[in-house]
Amino acid sequence: MPNEVKAFKPKIVAFCCNWCSYAGADLAGTNRLNYPADVKIIRVPCSCRVNPMFILRAFQRGADGVILCGCHPGDCHYTTGNYYARRRMTLLFSMLDYLGIEKERTRVEWVSAAEGAKFAATMNDFVETVTRLGENKRLEDLRCKE
Amino acid sequence: MQGMMIARAGELLENGTVTRVLGWQTGEFVYDITPAVFESAEELEKGFVYNSFCGNNLSKYLIQASRKEGKILVFLKPCDTYSFNQLIKEHRIVRENVYIIGIPCDGKTDGEFLKAKGVKGILGIREEGDNFVVDTLYGEKTIAREDALPERCRNCKSKKHMVYDELMGEEGEVLDSHRFDMVEKLEAMTPDERFAFWRSQLSRCIRCNACRNVCPACSCEKCVFDNPQSGIAQKAAADSFEENMFHIIRAFHVAGRCTDCGECSRVCPQNIPLHLLNRKFIKDIDTFYGEYQAGEDTESRAPLTNYTQEDVEPSIVYTRGGNN
Amino acid sequence: MQRIGVFVCWCGSNIAGTVDVKAVSEALSHEPGVVYSINYQYMCSEAGQNLVKDAIRDYNLTGVVICSCSPRMHENTFRKAAASAGLNPYMVEIANIREQCSWIHKDMPTATEKAIILGRAAIAKVHLNAPLMAGESPVIKRALVIGGGIAGIQTALDIADAGFEVDIVEKEPTIGGKMTQLDKTFPTLDCAACILTPKMVDCAQHEKINIFSFSEVEKVKGFVGNFHVTIKKKARFVDETKCTGCGECTAKCPVKGVPNEFNLGMDNRRAIYIPFAQAVPKVATIDPNYCNMLKNGKCGLCAKVCGAGAIDYKQQDQFVEREYGAIVVATGFNPIKLDQFDEFGYSQSKDVITSLEFERLTNAAGPTSGTLLRPSDGKHPHTIVFVQCVGSRDTSGCGKTYCSRICCMYTAKHAMLTREKYPDTDVYVFYIDVRSPGKNYDEFYRRAVEQYGVHYIKGMVGKVAPRADGKLMVQASDLIAGEQLHIEADLVVLATAIEPDKTARPLATMLTASMDTNDFFTEAHAKLRPVESPTAGIFLSGACQGPKDIPDTVSQAGAAAAKVIGLLAKDKLTTNPCVAESNELMCNGCSSCEKVCPYGAITYLDKEFRMPDRTTMVRRVASVNPAVCQGCGACTVACPSGAMDLKGFSNSQIMAEVDAICQMK
Repeated sequence: MPNEVKAFKPKIVAFCCNWCSYAGADLAGTNRLNYPADVKIIRVPCSCRVNPMFILRAFQRGADGVILCGCHPGDCHYTTGNYYARRRMTLLFSMLDYLGIEKERTRVEWVSAAEGAKFAATMNDFVETVTRLGENKRLEDLRCKE
Repeated sequence: MQGMMIARAGELLENGTVTRVLGWQTGEFVYDITPAVFESAEELEKGFVYNSFCGNNLSKYLIQASRKEGKILVFLKPCDTYSFNQLIKEHRIVRENVYIIGIPCDGKTDGEFLKAKGVKGILGIREEGDNFVVDTLYGEKTIAREDALPERCRNCKSKKHMVYDELMGEEGEVLDSHRFDMVEKLEAMTPDERFAFWRSQLSRCIRCNACRNVCPACSCEKCVFDNPQSGIAQKAAADSFEENMFHIIRAFHVAGRCTDCGECSRVCPQNIPLHLLNRKFIKDIDTFYGEYQAGEDTESRAPLTNYTQEDVEPSIVYTRGGNN
Repeated sequence: MQRIGVFVCWCGSNIAGTVDVKAVSEALSHEPGVVYSINYQYMCSEAGQNLVKDAIRDYNLTGVVICSCSPRMHENTFRKAAASAGLNPYMVEIANIREQCSWIHKDMPTATEKAIILGRAAIAKVHLNAPLMAGESPVIKRALVIGGGIAGIQTALDIADAGFEVDIVEKEPTIGGKMTQLDKTFPTLDCAACILTPKMVDCAQHEKINIFSFSEVEKVKGFVGNFHVTIKKKARFVDETKCTGCGECTAKCPVKGVPNEFNLGMDNRRAIYIPFAQAVPKVATIDPNYCNMLKNGKCGLCAKVCGAGAIDYKQQDQFVEREYGAIVVATGFNPIKLDQFDEFGYSQSKDVITSLEFERLTNAAGPTSGTLLRPSDGKHPHTIVFVQCVGSRDTSGCGKTYCSRICCMYTAKHAMLTREKYPDTDVYVFYIDVRSPGKNYDEFYRRAVEQYGVHYIKGMVGKVAPRADGKLMVQASDLIAGEQLHIEADLVVLATAIEPDKTARPLATMLTASMDTNDFFTEAHAKLRPVESPTAGIFLSGACQGPKDIPDTVSQAGAAAAKVIGLLAKDKLTTNPCVAESNELMCNGCSSCEKVCPYGAITYLDKEFRMPDRTTMVRRVASVNPAVCQGCGACTVACPSGAMDLKGFSNSQIMAEVDAICQMK
């Protein structure tokens, strides 16, 4: 990794559903699978609890990347939650892209409670992608920089 | 047309079918049209207008009006009927309290729009074939309909009345429009160009809330942006992000509910093409989840309150190609 | 302002090995609202828990943040500890600094910094926590079983045997369902009536079971533990309490030409009838479409011959209101209509029949008293062609895309029994695949082929053309031999796809239970909760959930009963307090939330509101039933006005966490 980008540590917010992805993240920990400390997880009951407002708010407050993890489609603890989340996020991400915001800063990944390795790999990849993009400038409230 | 409308409204008031009439009146200038309620034939005679400036969508006013006692007559243009249906679907309008007369529309111009085209001192307007004849302080000016219509009317999606109790004129047809052309143009740009475009547009926002207040889909009892408990309440576009945030959230909240009436862009004092945000959602919904026109019916599930097991994944946004 | 205590756990060296726990408790002690901050070796140990309890009392804590292992591990432990010290358990938040920090990071400064941020996020959340009370709702100790087929019967018997009252609502005049029409059952070939009718009698005689036959569910209100159901008892024009089932009336009734549903119209019954000899309840029913007395007032013979005086021509539909704690759906299946499959000639020839019709033709109580005769001329068929997958696994749009699951096995049974009784008969079976995965199923199928010499041919039948001489010309392809076959058959039996009963869809709407695109009821979890609907208190039994054979149906029926018993055994249900809540002042009543709720927890009320101009206005507003809501939060995002929020995971709480995480260092 070149020196000039190494200094940049991105801020990553990960929303994880309680039943699959949060448990998947726990499993990554239990198996001591490394991923960067830049990722901070917020536990939500279901991916369908994640309001686009939360994602925009994170960017507003200086997040460089936001990732949403939920149960695989068809495996939702609440049967249908991730189906709604999938539509909402697809449309939101497409809109962010339309506004010229780097689409790689947002991601949805389905991670089951058994996929600790996938969770770690996903986070490693996401952090790398966001690090490559550098600081989020297009979606930030500059007042928070003070 | 105006005469016919006044006469029919008078009749319906007279025979007790309705107790009030929702229509339009002029303000200080002839092109300053505002919605108004009339309660008698005299009031109608005195104030009711229907001309080429009456672009206002009256559906939203029925949320309050239809809950009052007695039936209200409303005149709806084809595109207003979509909003009406959508509001019926969302249980916002009491249908039994509304009597709808569908009226034809060949596109409405706009005072500010004409002024920008150099037509000053407007005193009146009439339609002659494919032209608008504008009566001005400086004499009559003829302007081709095509040149006098704002974008939303040039790309009219439908002249069909989706709902009515009686019709003046034809029921009309759904049209093939080019309403997504500009969205496609933006999509073809690079992200940098798109960002530059939207910055140049949204940074002009003064948070007057006109777009929100006129929007028939933005009809919440209390908007999240006015509610301190929502965590995103704002009164002003204080910085670059809040301009984005407000408009993205607003467009998202009406996604799948927006009928594309174009009122948001019509009322924007800063001429921000806000409908391009809504149309992006409409276009994406059509592409991802199948053609859907909000307000076409009153029963179907809106795309964001629906799903199929085979829906596309959000990663389609990265993989669908186009510009990077 | 909250008074918050922070408790940082070392977890031995699990956390303390990579996270500087002292630095974390020190850093967090400066956060706003934090009045106490400490670190300890094992916070989950009794000593550790006592630290928490003592601090709650000594420092009057209103909120607790535990920086420790995953909340999935010990959230409950600490909630209980807090409760025992007098603090509302929902004022406890966990910062996961083990699984999501110390275990995945090696570098101590990095891990420590992250642990502090995670602690801050938890503190920010606790600031906005509110005490939550788990609600309680009573359980009415009675179950309703909708559908009285083998699924419903088994469920009802199991529940009743556990000591709870059960009502069975059956739309037909008798319980028993499809199984009563079957002849023998695979793979053991016992006679269906012999194993089913004793169970039907058990139901009738069980003191805890009450059968509403010839009845339908009209309306359902309420929620888990507390359903209010209106049952429509359709007028049968016979007083059930008086009728002895002697059969005098059905023998004397002059209207003889009524197609007999029980035999699928292959013979006739009277206008007053008992469906079959072992019907339960054994009560006559008058068919108002055929009865002369009901149609034009001219007859009355049945009333004259009835010694019990049970006939009541003036009987009306009756509505019964009942209350239940749990509802089991057991509405079963039907073969599909074959209008879309004209190539098989079902409508053109009487000798093209469905498999269920074949069951009747081979049943001793059937129209031919069990002798296999062609419906057209009553002659013995010498060549029989069975066609499998008629309408199943069909992607053309005419039939069903799914596998009907039972057809392979019953076709093997039909073929085998035919060859056994009539060894001079040639039997062909056309199949796409033979699916025989049940216990002893494959052995059964192989017996049909190897022992009984049934000709199994892989391939589909293209056309069945009735010929003038009564023969059926079957054109088919043999996919393995790669040739076209033309078979002169006397009888063609179509293994017709099955579909959910037509009453299931309106019932699902009443129950707010979800269905898939094929109108099968959806289970709460495909693997782990297969007999529960996502709607609490609604359970699924039998083919209403998906095609099933009898062994699977009975297993599932028992499983559903076990779930019901588990529910009814409770006196009260404790409800999860982290449920959605609607703010009436902000609610638009737009129904977006209701559409995405998988549990039907949201209803609407018309409420009067005072307007600023002192007038009042009635508005429709959403109301969440906390006993039904499971707290997923789908509604909170569907709600454009933000009127809907989720307790314990509120918009402001989550945003406070976001802010804390994104805060500049």
